[in-house]
Amino acid sequence: MNARRLFALAYKETLQIWRDPRSLAIALLMPLMQMAMLGYGVSLDIKHVPLCVYDQENSQQSRALVDRFVSSGWFSISRTLGRQAAIRDAMDRGECIAALVIPVDFSRQLATTGSASVQAIFDATDVNTTNIALGYAEGAVAQANAQIAAQWAAAHGIKPSLVGQVDLRPSTWFNETLDSRNFIIPGVVAVILALVGAQLTSLTISREWERGTMEQLISTPVTALEVMLGKLIPYFVIGLVDAGFCLVSAVYWFGVPFRGGIGTLFTTTALFIIVVLGIGYLISVRIRSQLGASQIALLVTMLPTTLLSGYTFPIDQMPAPIQALTLVVYPRYYVTILRAIFLKGSGLTDLWVPLLGLTVYAVAIIWLAARAFRKRLD
Amino acid sequence: MNEGTPAIIAEGLTKRFQSFTAVDRLDLRIDRGEIIGFIGPNGAGKSTTIRMLCGLLRPSAGRASVAGFDVEHEPESVREHIGYMSQKFSLYGDLTVRENLRFFGGIYRVPRQQFAERMRFAVAMAGLQGREDALVRTLAGGWKQRLALGCAILHRPPILFLDEPTSGVEPEARRRFWDLIHDLAAEGVTILVSTHYMDEAEYCNRIALIDRGRLVAMGTPGELRGHRLGGDLFEIACAPLGAAVQLLSGTPGVVEAAIFGDKLHVVLGAGGTSAADLPRLLTAHGIEARLPRPISPNLEDVFVQLVSGKQEERAAP
Ligand SMILES: Nc1ncnc2c1ncn2[C@@H]1O[C@H](COP(=O)(O)OP(=O)(O)OP(=O)(O)O)[C@@H](O)[C@H]1O
Ligand SMILES: [Mg+2]
Repeated sequence: MNARRLFALAYKETLQIWRDPRSLAIALLMPLMQMAMLGYGVSLDIKHVPLCVYDQENSQQSRALVDRFVSSGWFSISRTLGRQAAIRDAMDRGECIAALVIPVDFSRQLATTGSASVQAIFDATDVNTTNIALGYAEGAVAQANAQIAAQWAAAHGIKPSLVGQVDLRPSTWFNETLDSRNFIIPGVVAVILALVGAQLTSLTISREWERGTMEQLISTPVTALEVMLGKLIPYFVIGLVDAGFCLVSAVYWFGVPFRGGIGTLFTTTALFIIVVLGIGYLISVRIRSQLGASQIALLVTMLPTTLLSGYTFPIDQMPAPIQALTLVVYPRYYVTILRAIFLKGSGLTDLWVPLLGLTVYAVAIIWLAARAFRKRLD
Repeated sequence: MNEGTPAIIAEGLTKRFQSFTAVDRLDLRIDRGEIIGFIGPNGAGKSTTIRMLCGLLRPSAGRASVAGFDVEHEPESVREHIGYMSQKFSLYGDLTVRENLRFFGGIYRVPRQQFAERMRFAVAMAGLQGREDALVRTLAGGWKQRLALGCAILHRPPILFLDEPTSGVEPEARRRFWDLIHDLAAEGVTILVSTHYMDEAEYCNRIALIDRGRLVAMGTPGELRGHRLGGDLFEIACAPLGAAVQLLSGTPGVVEAAIFGDKLHVVLGAGGTSAADLPRLLTAHGIEARLPRPISPNLEDVFVQLVSGKQEERAAP
């Protein structure tokens, strides 16, 4: 291991990143776009959320409220129910992911006090959809309120703003701890870092094979370890910058509370970046075409990160065998750690279990990566 | 490297790709300061041999040593002592001239005190003064190749492997390139260079003719020219050339018929068709022909003969 050669490699790699529009876009633009896209929910344009209605009163006013839900196009009524217990069955069968319960005294309450409560229940297994559906429900109720207020004010001869209105009482089932964005955003950060990190390094070795520069490089006395470190160091710096951007926007853009320590955040993030860079590098060593390498990198980072890290699908809601599977999925440790740092303010000692998981992963990947590169053509 | 030991030794060097033998039991012995030309048709195994000597490919059988180090077991020591220019251009096109030189200077750990001087030398050698900050991908072929050579010799290696360094380079630039090679050899650098251009063979101290993985002949240009063609060589102007070659190749007494530029070179053995018969024979088949002229063989005649002779020898059993 020689510092001079390491520096030569790292400097060269930095210049190449700087002059490669594709690498620059992945390094700088992708985090921004992903943060906006994933942060605001991947599926903002969900329509016709299946809704079950249990209208205990079935009055003109209660039906008017239900109409508000449907006429917006956001919800479609999948079933009309006759009793509370049927909601659970309908959700279990997947017939609806939202239910609206209107109490038997709905219109009487509205008429006498000017306000009434309705209950909205959401199947929160898919947190994203739930958040969006919740927003729609609030929108539908707000529209209904505007109308009710106008009517009520006209009838009583007072200003609309003083009128109490329909109050939506949302509750989420199947995922009681759901705290909308606060819960999702740390996962989004993990997804972005995994995606960007592995994408960038997946190109670094295959690019040299494709351009024919690798044959020259391996004819020199450079060592495999120097090649690996020389290539990873610039990407590590980029990874940290991206992480900084994501974490700052999580706090200042999406308003996620940050209760932990910067040191803890930095240490664990650095560890996670090492893992994803190592994975990308390993792929790059094995696959000699840039396109192939970047696609494999996409597969091995996005699949486990989005599906099995607990980022959108909570791990404790998964079937037991899948839960066991997540133990070998590295992003789950980082997602767990990030949530704990952000929401609970945990320190390194509280997090020793996922930290150990991540450390074992980092050591194993770097060990494999350091051995993978061979200075041979065959 | 010990003064007495040859710079490059190969003994029974063989490379197989699956069942295909690309290099077949090659023996070489190359002394310090020699310029050795690797000549052979496409796919002959020149690049494969050079790659094995650089420690980039593992020999399937046999052994080789470069600068006294075994290429299979001590590839890193070999790499400390060689410079290599691969057949495909392999500098970083998205880096400037200066950045490429800096990179290889760093990789080869050129002493810092000497680096500025060597960089100046390499830039001057490539004729790139004033273009140090140009991106390498914007340079024309000849400049690129000279710069690649400059990068490969930054660390003053005693042994240089150049794989078709002049392919696709215009003649004037090719001549300049060969001047550089001779300058280096004069300083004691051993150079193994492969080429497609027959005229370049004349610039080498010795030539290794390779065909289908085998070393067919090795010697100085003079020695090879003196190689018996198995008959007398004649040049004959005729048209169309293709039909003439086809006709003559099947004629008794004709050892060899091959196209050279716009003429035909024919080797006539003893006791068959005589030179005087040739024009008549050709015109009888509708081929326009002038009188044949006896000539002394050049290297290309020898190569054509050696390579095609080899083919017959293989086809026979
Ligand atoms: N990695 C490989 N796998 C399989 N076959 C190979 C491989 N590398 C080379 N060959 C084959 O080995 C033979 C020799 O190739 P080589 O590149 O050494 O020839 P060459 O003399 O350098 O030819 P050229 O003048 O075209 O560069 C060719 O037939 C080639 O197809
Ligand atoms: Mg070749």
